[in-house]
Amino acid sequence: MSSLDPRINRLDLVKTLEAEDIAQHQHWETYEVFVQAKRGGHHTHVGSLHAADHDMALIFAKEQFARRGQCHNLWVVKTSDVYALDTEDADMFADNNEKKYRNPGGFKVSDKITAYKKAQKQDKTETDD
Amino acid sequence: MNTDAIKELLYKMGDDAFILGHRNSEWTGIAPTLEEDISFSSVAQDQIGHALAVYTILHETLGEPTPDFIGFTRNESDFRCSHLVELPNGEYDFSLIRHFLFDHAEMLRYRALTQSTYTPLAQLAGKIIGELKYHILHANTWVRQLGNATEEAKARLQSSLNELMPYALGMFEPGPNEQALIEDGVFIGEEALKAQWLQSIEAVIRQTQLKLPDITTLTPVYGGRYGYHTEYLQPLLYEMTEVFRIDESAEW
Repeated sequence: MSSLDPRINRLDLVKTLEAEDIAQHQHWETYEVFVQAKRGGHHTHVGSLHAADHDMALIFAKEQFARRGQCHNLWVVKTSDVYALDTEDADMFADNNEKKYRNPGGFKVSDKITAYKKAQKQDKTETDD
Repeated sequence: MNTDAIKELLYKMGDDAFILGHRNSEWTGIAPTLEEDISFSSVAQDQIGHALAVYTILHETLGEPTPDFIGFTRNESDFRCSHLVELPNGEYDFSLIRHFLFDHAEMLRYRALTQSTYTPLAQLAGKIIGELKYHILHANTWVRQLGNATEEAKARLQSSLNELMPYALGMFEPGPNEQALIEDGVFIGEEALKAQWLQSIEAVIRQTQLKLPDITTLTPVYGGRYGYHTEYLQPLLYEMTEVFRIDESAEW
């Protein structure tokens, strides 16, 4: 490819007309990027990018996803290393009304705890008097 | 403290960052990949920012004109940049190697300046050292990656390294007031910086299949610190100052 710059073509590299064979992974792979906004916080998935390796993915991620806004640290993970369930199977997650008791908010016992705490508080107020 | 010496130091630092920032920004939109385009443009933007910070010190504490006037109205012979930063962009390997050679020096220069007896400069150094850390991480990652890649990649990098090394040595051309800067504890001096720089770039080159040219056989390209420049600086200044010459108060 020719360039507008006059200093181009400094190297007399052998040019071939035929396209080269591309070995597997010679193309850049994609990496998923996770930003940790604050120290100790969760890493949140923010997007993906192309890179030649993990080191390069990190330097790209810094500029693409952590340039604006807060960032304490970054994770990059090869997209091919991410495993996911089939979206066809999303019905596995369907909420079932009869299983409300399994949800944290569904414990009957929480009423008893609330009542107990209330009683304790009352006792304390009476003693203080 | 010797004000002339401090001005000399600030002008060469500001001008190097300003001109290379402009050169590197010429890649914006046409760098090899989208991701690299964003990263390299950001590095260029940082460099313009460093120039602005240095010109601001010149203006606010040493009575020089405003940063815009320093940047856009001086004649070519008033610039104190090294020839390394003036050279037009070649292909990407050329710009990467220049970025590698320049930012290692820049990082070490500012690190030394955190200890400067000249407070405004010491404060600035503390502020921008984090940005420079990223610059050398970016440069090192590319040099390690391509310096261990295909024959073509290695040949290109080696060729650029051979071509740019004499220019890179020109960054350390001592100025007329070099001794005063050292004696006043403003700066460690170009000789000391060059020694640190060589160690620093050698450590990275050693991790690749590239070879650092033997610097004892090279003649550093001097002149920039005394206002003598390559034929490439004037056209760059002309392009860069175009808007300012039409309207000094233009904002964009």
